[in-house]
Amino acid sequence: MILADLVEKLGLEVRSARGNLGIEVTGGYASDLLSDVIANSRKGNVWVTLQVHQNVVAVATMKDLAGIILVRGREPEEDTVQKAETENIPVMISRLPTFELVGRLYNLGLRGVI
Amino acid sequence: MSDKEIEVGPEERISKTQEMVYEMKVGDVMTRKVITVHPKTFMSELREILRENRISGLPVVDDGRLVGLVSLEDFIKWLADRQDDCPIEAKMTGKLETLHEDDPLVLAVGKFEKTGLGRFPVVDRDRGRLAGILTKGDVIEGLLKKLEIDYHQEEIYRHRASHIFEDIEADRTTLLFQYDVKGQDFKQAGGSSSRLKRTLKRLGVRPDVVRRVVIASYEAEMNLVVFTEGGKILARVRPSGVLLEVEDSGPGIADIQKALQPGYSTAPDWVRELGFGAGMGLNNIQNTSDRFDIQSEPGKGTLLKVAFYPKEEHGDTG
Repeated sequence: MILADLVEKLGLEVRSARGNLGIEVTGGYASDLLSDVIANSRKGNVWVTLQVHQNVVAVATMKDLAGIILVRGREPEEDTVQKAETENIPVMISRLPTFELVGRLYNLGLRGVI
Repeated sequence: MSDKEIEVGPEERISKTQEMVYEMKVGDVMTRKVITVHPKTFMSELREILRENRISGLPVVDDGRLVGLVSLEDFIKWLADRQDDCPIEAKMTGKLETLHEDDPLVLAVGKFEKTGLGRFPVVDRDRGRLAGILTKGDVIEGLLKKLEIDYHQEEIYRHRASHIFEDIEADRTTLLFQYDVKGQDFKQAGGSSSRLKRTLKRLGVRPDVVRRVVIASYEAEMNLVVFTEGGKILARVRPSGVLLEVEDSGPGIADIQKALQPGYSTAPDWVRELGFGAGMGLNNIQNTSDRFDIQSEPGKGTLLKVAFYPKEEHGDTG
């Protein structure tokens, strides 16, 4: 599954790196603690979070994550979008809260790290 | 200086091509998908075959065996002579100059020059079966492709810089990189670790090591940003592994044992709201490193030393 599939099926709004939506998604991780994501996410995961500051891009870059989905319609900060463009990390927005969004990602076939 | 460059430049390029002509084989550049005709095909049909395929000549093949070559020239001659229609075998060139797949390209270039012919069939050395066809265009295209590939590989090689370790002659080699981290600067936070990651990748450090080093470096960098006035990250890269040293000048950790407990954090609320200060940083560093040492004195500062070695038994699990 690629990011573009998630964007289409879940009606996500894309805020950065539109050209990189062809990236393959290996699974998902949901957390708002950056250290937790750093320690436990895997390469190619899509990351579900409510953090909107630019350090989310740093973490995603560091861990080679496929993209970031912000929950409950939270808009990324301007710096975040700029950095995400530079690093070519797609930042997407869902209107759903974390629990609902993760449930739908799971129904689409994405799995987390067990 | 510039005079010398003008003189040497073109000569070097020619010698590179010459080198390639000796190295490359006919089989590397020939066209393998060849349009052929049967010897019993009529001359009157030839025009359409040549026109359709936009070619000026083609091999005549009987049951896989090459028996001749027929060209546009043969066709024109037949037309000009106003002869009756006949099978191609009557008008084709039967005695052929051929090449073999394992012939060096230089042999083919010589043959083109000597005979003035435009194409040579390439045949199987044992059974005389047609393997492909070689035109001057194939040779030029093949050489250009090879030049491009060589150039590309050189670019990758230069960019990767992994040859540094191969090129340096010493009993022990250590490359030292220093990153200065500003305290309280959340905008820059993580930047040093990103740069370190790119550097390690270019040096050809194994991906599993890069991943672990970067996790530790990021956590240490965030600690410098959140808790200190700034500090530095030193990365020592050796063929055998990577050593990280992270140093700051305060405030220091009062109780290291407590600080190492998962979830223990002294981070202020506003930092926690950003998702930092979860009390996992030092734990993450400890878990990813192969050697871990931390010394700290309140009011003086903290020195963290960690080491990472490639794990031979585990591959890179992505």
